[in-house]
Amino acid sequence: MNVDLSVDIGGLRLRNPFIAASGCFGYGVEYADLVDLSTLGAVAVKGLFLEEREGHPPTRIVETPSGMLNAIGLQGIGVRRFVAEKLPLLRAQGAVVIVNICGSTIDEYAEVARILDDADGVGAVEVNISCPNIKKGGMMFGCSLQGTHDVVAAVRRVTRRPVVPKLTPNVTDVASFAAAARDAGADAVSLVNTFLAMAIDVETRRPKLSNVVGGLSGPAIRPIAVRMVYECRQAVDLPIIGMGGIMTAGDALEFIIAGATAVQVGTANFVDPFIWNKLLTGLTDYVQRHGLAHVSDLVGTLDTTDRTTAWTSS
Amino acid sequence: MPLDVDAVVVSNTHLTRDYNVLALAAAAVASQTQPGQFVMVKPGGGDDPLLRRPFSVFEVLRDDARQVTGLSLLNKRVGVTTRMLFALKPGDRVRCLGPLGRPFSVTEPPERAWMVAGGVGLAPFATLAAALRERDTETTLFYGGRSANDLFHLDEFRQLGVRLELATDDGSRGEHGNVTVPLARALGDADRAAPLRVYACGPTPMMRAVTQLAAAHGRTTEVSLEQVMGCGLGGCYSCVVPVRRDGGPAHLVRSCLDGPVFDGSTVVWEQLVS
Repeated sequence: MNVDLSVDIGGLRLRNPFIAASGCFGYGVEYADLVDLSTLGAVAVKGLFLEEREGHPPTRIVETPSGMLNAIGLQGIGVRRFVAEKLPLLRAQGAVVIVNICGSTIDEYAEVARILDDADGVGAVEVNISCPNIKKGGMMFGCSLQGTHDVVAAVRRVTRRPVVPKLTPNVTDVASFAAAARDAGADAVSLVNTFLAMAIDVETRRPKLSNVVGGLSGPAIRPIAVRMVYECRQAVDLPIIGMGGIMTAGDALEFIIAGATAVQVGTANFVDPFIWNKLLTGLTDYVQRHGLAHVSDLVGTLDTTDRTTAWTSS
Repeated sequence: MPLDVDAVVVSNTHLTRDYNVLALAAAAVASQTQPGQFVMVKPGGGDDPLLRRPFSVFEVLRDDARQVTGLSLLNKRVGVTTRMLFALKPGDRVRCLGPLGRPFSVTEPPERAWMVAGGVGLAPFATLAAALRERDTETTLFYGGRSANDLFHLDEFRQLGVRLELATDDGSRGEHGNVTVPLARALGDADRAAPLRVYACGPTPMMRAVTQLAAAHGRTTEVSLEQVMGCGLGGCYSCVVPVRRDGGPAHLVRSCLDGPVFDGSTVVWEQLVS
């Protein structure tokens, strides 16, 4: 039986729900020899500012139990070089491209989005208001409801593409941020970015990352991320792209059942760059086994009805 | 093109309490490997430890008919993954992704090759020595370790026609002190007109010293840098190294794609975290 794995994210049609997560897949072109990029739902490329950035000095990553911390600092080539040098290669590969955009100011976000709006081959813009590792921008906007609203509204004004703010989990009530994004004109939201965290070398009493703090990703964060997707699903009627420690099709299904229309896979790609076929096979098997025609039929189908069986002795 | 192989452990030879050589049945990876390239390995399939670790390919293994059968890794027990790699038994499995990265340039006569290794930095030089031998390049290995027990594979290098210059911290074998001591003397004694290429792998201060010594004698050094690495494929931007080319400003470049082998004169050593 053929199953329909395609999903719709604010008007952007994806062949399947699996998206390579921003910051974990370079600009996509690095993987073009290994993976047929056209078989992915989409590729979310590394976050782009207006200009090139060097990022933080090493050490930039450290492994932690069932996870990793990173503080890369959004090293990048800038949006214009991306459009000129990388986007044509991604288009030639048949990839659906989601461009993650960054800014130190609201004007910068808008300018990056405007440049991308003129470019061919951009499927959607993911608005990075959640990077925990930079001094200006990123999480600074994403931790304030007003900041979230203002950035999303500014991007909305200058682009025809679907606008997908990427939310930070480093807030008390993530669903209220999803609502702020919706009110500002977002077409979908993606969550979660990494959890602000740190690790210390006790022998030297030094932080393990040069930036002292970094973002935690990987299986360690998955249950919290699933809960946050579930909360957003309850609060807002927007497509959700869920992520956080997905290593298997089963992990992805947790997010989908909790309310995600699509999912992003990041850290797992470092462990296994050939993970995509395994995810597709696992998801297809599940959809068939459950007698469904469309994977989209699963979104937000969490069953929370009372499971206790009434029992009375007679 | 890199492959990911679920490789069977063929043998695990413990050299000392901390060093071992792990032979893996990964012929498809090994047969493509050039000297200086690396693999990303992960013992066990669990989430902890989560990430793979980069290793230079130590040897390309062949059977009696000279067919490639696999590769070996020179491992030093330091952290979680290296402890697991130390403890593996024949028949266990290791995920092995590669070959990855830019290889050494293999020089040819009349140029000579001087390989400078410190400790586990010996790893990329067995395959390089074999490739140099195929080209009949006159090759010397300057090799430093803590003590005589920490110097490995000497007979194998001799069989490849490699001349050995040894140094130990405790003086139990070869020169007493750093490997840079015999290197500095040899650079001073060498005929300046005779072409020579230097290769270095080991602790960062050693590679920096070798690069500077060699440069002072007009020689180029290719260094193999070891950085903390997330993916090995250019996806994560963890393994960056400060590099300056053509007198321009320093840039952080990914050592998995632009390296691990670099022209030592382009590395901004004072900004490199060791």
